[in-house]
Amino acid sequence: MAVLLSLVVQAGQMALVLLLAPLLTGLVRRVKARLLRRRGPPLLQPYRDLWRLLCKEVVLAENASWLFRATPYLIFAATWVAAALVPTFGRGLMFSWSADLIAIIALLASARFFLALAGMDIGTSFGGIGASREVMIASFAEPAMLLIMFSLALIAGSTQLSTVATYMASAEVGLRVSLGLALVGLAIVALAENGRIPVDNPATHLELTMVHEAMVLEYSGRHLALIEFTSALKLLLYVSLIACVFLPWDLAPPGAGPAAWAIGILAYLLKLGACACLLALFETAIAKMRVFRVPEFLGAALMLGLLGTLLLFVSRSL
Amino acid sequence: MPHGLAFDIAHLLAGGLVLMSFLLLYQVRLYAMLNIFALHALVLALSVAWQALVQGAPHLYITALIALVFKAITIPVALHRIIQRLGIHREIETVVGIGPTMLVGMGLVALAMVVMLPVTANADALAREDLAFALSVVLLGLLVMVTRRNAVSQVVGFMSLENGLVLAATGAKGMPLVVEISVAFSILIAFIVIGIFLFRIRERFDTVDLQALDRFRGERR
Repeated sequence: MAVLLSLVVQAGQMALVLLLAPLLTGLVRRVKARLLRRRGPPLLQPYRDLWRLLCKEVVLAENASWLFRATPYLIFAATWVAAALVPTFGRGLMFSWSADLIAIIALLASARFFLALAGMDIGTSFGGIGASREVMIASFAEPAMLLIMFSLALIAGSTQLSTVATYMASAEVGLRVSLGLALVGLAIVALAENGRIPVDNPATHLELTMVHEAMVLEYSGRHLALIEFTSALKLLLYVSLIACVFLPWDLAPPGAGPAAWAIGILAYLLKLGACACLLALFETAIAKMRVFRVPEFLGAALMLGLLGTLLLFVSRSL
Repeated sequence: MPHGLAFDIAHLLAGGLVLMSFLLLYQVRLYAMLNIFALHALVLALSVAWQALVQGAPHLYITALIALVFKAITIPVALHRIIQRLGIHREIETVVGIGPTMLVGMGLVALAMVVMLPVTANADALAREDLAFALSVVLLGLLVMVTRRNAVSQVVGFMSLENGLVLAATGAKGMPLVVEISVAFSILIAFIVIGIFLFRIRERFDTVDLQALDRFRGERR
């Protein structure tokens, strides 16, 4: 019975991330539009877009291989599983013990690998440019992400996200400069991985600057719907990751009742809203970088992670 | 972790100083670099003031005040003026790129830890950690001076190096106030001398790029 219940809760978490992901994207777009004194699309617009794309027929290039057709499903599944592993409203859900942070990074990395392959599959120049840029950004973002994870794991003594969240919520954490460094580094990595503004502009189809959009230019219909859904899910995943590590309050403990879950979900919604507003504010305040400055930007994240780890070693060896 | 809040805050501030040194390395524009330098001195002042509180040493407050007034306010404002009068608010040319510089910087910080922690094995945690961070700030200041060709940014590197020395001095208990004040004033004198030199260099070579001096000495590569 207990197993069944935890399975239900885990399924609830998976449904929750799926339901909330387009809403988060819509919220960010809406807040950005309001900040620019435009009215902006309604909050539910991403759902409508997805529905419209799902109803349209798929137009495939003549030389598209099976990889091109399979990739949307692959990356969607990998990202969804990764999102299900991050604690959103409760700690210690059923799946969270089966994989840790490094597994989440690996899932996202394999999704990106297949997307880059699919971008090159048709053989158009845009797909190639997009794929090469995406891989370049990833090759800087991933080491930075791993280093940040290592410094978090050094602090909390585990790479399990549930354990990390439990430790962060307790009073033992104290005041640590490494945590601040990790937060800034993680924010930079999240911006780069989701193709947000200083690195890539998600709203443009300007050929010189686009990264992610160039890679998926050949997709249409339900394939495109899945890819857009995946990028919304990825944004939600990173926001949840930051929220569960750095804002770990009101997460329902393992084996809690419905009341704790309700509080957890409410707190989660608040955290998502706050992060979306911050993201929109940041994106309106900053200009997009040239592609060749991106390595410096991500190098800063790498440096922050490394510095945080070094500082931890100092305070440990004392 | 066995350490209390006092240690955590000292750690935070000293780590913040190292971070500011990295930001100095990262910045490529002169004005931004000066602002970071002012912030560097501000963090130093806070760190020294916290040490004064923790160690119960009131004369350290004077050191903090000197750091605040001279280094966080006077010198950055003066350097701003110099830059304006020289008309050189364009980008700094770095000798190597930012990426390799950062990596070398990380290596230097690691070196400082490796050297300092075993040497000071008998001292208390606060002093050890302060000394390790101070050595990294000194080394990073040297790195700024090595990687930049512009004379003004070399001055900034020199000043940030001196900030590291002050951090070390406050960490090691018992540095007399007279020494600190004389160090502070000698830095100020050095600053004035460097300022005069800047204008002399500018007058003679029409640039503050120090490679012009190399060429003049016949060390042209």
